[in-house]
This record gives sequence, structure tokens and C-alpha cells, in this order.
Amino acid sequence: MKLRIQNGRLIDPSQGINEITELFIADQKVVAIGEAPADFDDAEVVDAEGQWILPGLVDLAVALREPGYTQKGNIATEGRAAVSGGVTTLICSPDTKPIVDTPAVAALIQDKADEAGMANVFPLGALTQGLEGSQLSNMVALTEAGCVALSNGRHEMANTKVLTRALEYAATHDLLVVFHPDEKSLSEGGCAHEGLMSTMHGLAGIPDTAETVALMRDLLLIEKTGVRAHFARISCAKSVEMIAEAKDAGLDVTADVAIHNLLLSDDVLNQFDGQYHVLPPLRGENDRLTLIEGVKRGVISAICSDHQPHEKMAKVAPFAATESGMANIEILLPLAMRLMDEGDLTFTELLSCLTSGPASCFGLEVGSLAVGSFADFTLFDSTARWNWHYEARKTKGHNSPFFAEEFVGKVMSTYVSGQRVYQAS
Amino acid sequence: MMQSDPRALQLNAHGQLKHFLTLDGLDKTILTEILDRAESFLSMGEQSVKKVPLLRGRTVVNLFFENSTRTRTTFELAAKRLSADVINLNIQTSATSKGESLLDTLQNLEAMQSDMFVVRHSDSGAAHFIAEHCTPNVAIINAGDGRHAHPTQAMLDMLTIRRHKGGFEGLKVAIVGDILHSRVARSLLQALTTLGVDEARLVGPKTLVPDFFADMGATICHELEAGLKDVDVVIMLRLQKERMAGALLPSESEFFRLYGLTEESLSWAKPDAIVMHPGPINRGVEISSEVADGEHSVILNQVTNGIAVRMAVMSMAMSGQLQGDDTPEEKGGQ
Repeated sequence: MKLRIQNGRLIDPSQGINEITELFIADQKVVAIGEAPADFDDAEVVDAEGQWILPGLVDLAVALREPGYTQKGNIATEGRAAVSGGVTTLICSPDTKPIVDTPAVAALIQDKADEAGMANVFPLGALTQGLEGSQLSNMVALTEAGCVALSNGRHEMANTKVLTRALEYAATHDLLVVFHPDEKSLSEGGCAHEGLMSTMHGLAGIPDTAETVALMRDLLLIEKTGVRAHFARISCAKSVEMIAEAKDAGLDVTADVAIHNLLLSDDVLNQFDGQYHVLPPLRGENDRLTLIEGVKRGVISAICSDHQPHEKMAKVAPFAATESGMANIEILLPLAMRLMDEGDLTFTELLSCLTSGPASCFGLEVGSLAVGSFADFTLFDSTARWNWHYEARKTKGHNSPFFAEEFVGKVMSTYVSGQRVYQAS
Repeated sequence: MMQSDPRALQLNAHGQLKHFLTLDGLDKTILTEILDRAESFLSMGEQSVKKVPLLRGRTVVNLFFENSTRTRTTFELAAKRLSADVINLNIQTSATSKGESLLDTLQNLEAMQSDMFVVRHSDSGAAHFIAEHCTPNVAIINAGDGRHAHPTQAMLDMLTIRRHKGGFEGLKVAIVGDILHSRVARSLLQALTTLGVDEARLVGPKTLVPDFFADMGATICHELEAGLKDVDVVIMLRLQKERMAGALLPSESEFFRLYGLTEESLSWAKPDAIVMHPGPINRGVEISSEVADGEHSVILNQVTNGIAVRMAVMSMAMSGQLQGDDTPEEKGGQ
């Protein structure tokens, strides 16, 4: 099948393109930009007048909740939510039930994702068996089964010797390890950033040292073992500086940040609203501004939704008793656009952190519409004003502080491998 | 899905209390009104007939998710002196099903058509949560939520200070001990700064008195002598035994040596300083028996004042509920 997207503005940071042009697609891939190939007279034409043609977003942090937690979400519902937000490739976390520590679970997730036919889904494999931090997982077998990297998530790696061994083993096979720096003994029991807001409201605090102490340990071990490493969900100003220094010193590390840590700081906690309960927590305003600067400077190369859908009751409780997480994948792009006003970030810089940036962190051949790439893209109306209504959400999750808010910029349709998988109603 | 501002949540359209959740956002006028009304109830306690009919025909439910015989008893007595019917419910929750059971409990209680819930819960924000989720026209009184607030305790302490010192202007007040975990300390600090004392000091080691409190208007002192120097009021907080297990302190004896209130350390305060404690007292841990029972101690007056303050707050919130929100042109909370 051939497809000709015309009259739209193609913005592709990976190629430095930002112009009104045409995109030609055949056999699932981009075959030409601008000039029509010879045999395209019979192609299906999509008129993208007034819209932007963007590479499909690559989201490094999505909890699909399947297998095991399907009361919160499943591969089909969250896949649909993803493509409605323009996300065409997503990385899902290993903390399902059963945990992604065997090839069978990794295969199950990918089979279900293929069946759903929405976004491309790449699972993370568990770094240790059962995420228990004591015995190494079958890393090579997991990789062969489709896992793109290994991670222990936010589960504790209390034993530094086990962690060292895991990193050495991963380095042996040139595998990527994803770190969520969190020193449990410092964060345990906490539910909010340790600062004035948590102090005033009597919420148990999580100090920034919970992140930075673990981050420093991880950096030292990465340097020693030579493993390829990615830092997930950085939340503190100091972390940005530490990663910048490590990169300057030549360490092969990348980092991402959750969109909510760029948009919100802990001053929203005065409402005791559990919708703002996330881990790592919303930090102070200085942290938030430094994270934005980290994106600007390229220290942080990916922005993710950190999509964590929950059933309604998970958030119906006093703040500390609620489960952590927000489900914002559907509004990732318009949320990111809010950063253009205040963060001095251009749309291209933001888009890079949502497409080619995250793809390169994980070495994935997505996030670009260069000739020869799979035709994963989204048509985006950058001026549309719309309200994201709870009743109209695609995710199975009930949890977001952004319901009913007005957004500028709307995903109109999404294509994966040249196939339309979403069309706005 | 946004929850409303808790400060606005507790006021009706006329700016009157309809719940009593926190002192945050309440101005000096409302705090003074609470104290004045409590004062009028105080004299009543000395009469042979101790009841007024302000809550006659109303049902007050004491909803205690955390045990506290003392606080519950004073609330019960306050409600009965206002002629209300009182139901006491002690609900122990398991850590896992806290949220769900809280909402379920609420829905069950709403079916009883009560008019007021007096709530104590171990989670900060629990009283706000209940005020947000319960049916309209039910007044919520916070009897202590997690580490967040214990506004009636703070107001009874304010009444005690005012009765002994005549007012708040020019006063220096020291709060000593485990500030970090104390809902009383947070509410006290808000009350003292709103009522305009000269200085509110928080005294204790860094593990129990984090610097963030300085941004709430307090002076932080890590040494007892500097903390008590020339103060008019000393408020000692109870030290929980768990604090030693949590590595916040080495031992009770070292705490007492450094921060315990003894006749010697009390001598650093003004000669006419009063000594307060929200109770129950740990003799020999935060305060010596000599001081607790001594002439500076007003600890027992606090208990009497507690009943009057709770009567004041309950009657105000009930009338704030009845006044309702019908004329919204005056936006409350400022």
C-alpha cells in the first residue's frame, strides 16, 4: 500500500527538517520526502493541510499493567491511549505479575501488543530475578526474547556486590541497564518531596539525597564496569549536575525525565490531592527549573509520560495512602508544548526529546522519518484548543490531575508502519 | 478532578467556619472569635447546670481511627454540654485497606444522618479528605490528622496563654521537643504567628527540628538555653519511644539531659513564664515532675480550656453549616 501525505509541515529533528513538504510511504516505510517517486500515481492521498507531520513519539516509561494488574489497564487499552497521544513506540516496565524475568513473559507482552496492533511495544527485562536484587536474571535470554534493556525498576538493589556483578555481566554482553536511582532507606515511608510543603502539611518527606546518594553509587559502578547505562526519571537539580559531570568525563550515560516533573513542583501539594502523588515526587521549584535547563543543555535527552494508570479507588484516600503515579500518555505532546512558553525550549527541542532522543538512549531505530525508516508518524494540529475530558479518556486509568483542563495542540491521527491506528473523532 | 483549596473548604460563602480542619488560612478575627466564644463557655462550666442547647437535636459522631481516650473524652463532653447526641466510634484500620475502608466507613455513617464528625486519623490530610467526600451539611472537626494539624489543641493552648498573659503581643513562646512528627507543633506555630506573638521558637536537635520550619515563621534553636532565654511561655511536646528506634535520638536520658525541662532550665525563661504540655506527660523524659507539678505549670488548666474551645468550634461550625453558601459574593478565606 502506498500513501502520500501532502500539504502538511514535516518537522523531524533527526533530519533537521521543518518545512511544508510531502511524505511518501510504501511497504510500511518512508520512501521519499518532497519529490514523488516514479510509481506513486495510485497512492492513497492524505491531506494534512494546516497540520504538522511529526515522527511518532517514543515513550520510555509506560506501565501497561498486563499481565497481572488488568484492573488498572491492559495492553490493548493503554496501547490505544498511547497512539491517541501520538506515541508509536513505548517501553514498558518489568514490574508486571508475573515479572518480566523470563522470556515467556516478554514474549507474551509482545504477542498481545501485536494482537492489539497499536504502538510498537518493547519490554524492559528484570535485572534480577523477581526484581529481588539477589540473583541475576537470564539477561541474554531476555534480550533474545525482545527486551531492549534490563532494569530493576524502583525495586531496591540493596546489595552493592550483586549490583556490581549484574553490571559486569550486562557489560559482558553489551546490554543496556536502566537505573532508577533511589536509596530505599532514605525514601521509604515518604510520599512527597522533603521541603517546606511536606513539612507544613505533615507529609513524610523524601529527601533529594534518596536520589543523589544512589545516583553517585550507580555512576561509580558504571565507570568501573563499563556498562551502558540510562538513568530513568531524574527528579533533582543535583542529579542533573552529577550526570552532566559524568558525561563530561566521558561516561556513556543518558537520562530521561517525566513530563510532570518538568511541569509541576511540590507547591501543588497544598490541596492534599492524591492525583499529585508520584514517585519520584514532584520536587521544589529550583529542581524543576534545573531539570528544564538539563533538557535544554542536552544532559537529559528524553521526556517520558511515566504513564501509570490506576483504578479509581487507588486515588480515593488521604494523600499518603494513595498509590503513586499519573496516567497522562494521551496528552504528552500538548503537555510538552506548555514548556515552550516558560522553559525557553523550542518545539524542535521538545520534539527531539520525545522522538529521536529517547530512541537513541535505547538504540532503537525509530523516532525518525528519514527515508528507509518505518512510517511511524502522527498528524498534529498545533493550534487546536480542546479539553481533555475524563469521560473521553482512552486509558483505563482514572488518575490524572489534568482532566478537564484546556490544551493547545491535538493529535489528529497516528500511523504505525504506514497503517492508520488512530483518528481523532 | 482538582480538589478544592482546603483553606476555602472550611469556610462558607460568608467567611464563617463550616468545618474546622486546619488553622492555615484562618485570620486573626476568626481565631479571636473562637477564643472569645470559648471564654464565654468557660464560665458556664462553673455553674451547676452546665448545658446550653446550641446543638440540641444534633448528632455528633466521634470518629477515631487512632486511639485517644483523652481527646475523645473532651470532645464528647463538649458535645454533650452543647446538648448534642454523641456516638463514639473507634475504628482500627489495617494499613493495606486504609483508603477504601475510610470511604466505606464514611458512606455507612452518612446513612445515620449525623450532623458532625469529629475525626482523628493517622494520615495527614484525612480530615480534608473526609470533608471533600462526605455529604454537604455535615461539619467535620479535625481532632488530629497524621503529622499535619491538631487545630483544637492549638486553640486551647492559645486560650490558656491568653488567660494567663492577657494577650499575645510581645510574647516569646518556645515549643520544645519532637517538632517533626508533631501535628500540635504545626498548628501551634500557625496560631502563634497569626495571633501575632513576638517570637515563636522551635527547640530540639536537627533530627526533630528541620530547617524548613524557619520558612513557616519560626525561629529555630538547637540549644535549650538559647531557646528558653527570656520566653514567656514554654510548651513541651511528648517524646514518643519510637523515635529512638528510628535513629532520631540516642536515648531518652540524653534527650532529657539536653532538652528536658527542669527547674534549672526553666530558670532561663522569664520569672513568670508558664509551662504547658499537650499531654500525656512523660515524666523524666521531656519534663521533670517538679516542673510538671510546679507553680509555673498550667497543664491542668489546658484540659479545662480544651472543653470550652471544642464547644466553641463545634457550635461555630454547626452554625456555619446552617448559614450555608447562599450569598457567594463575599469570598471567604482571606
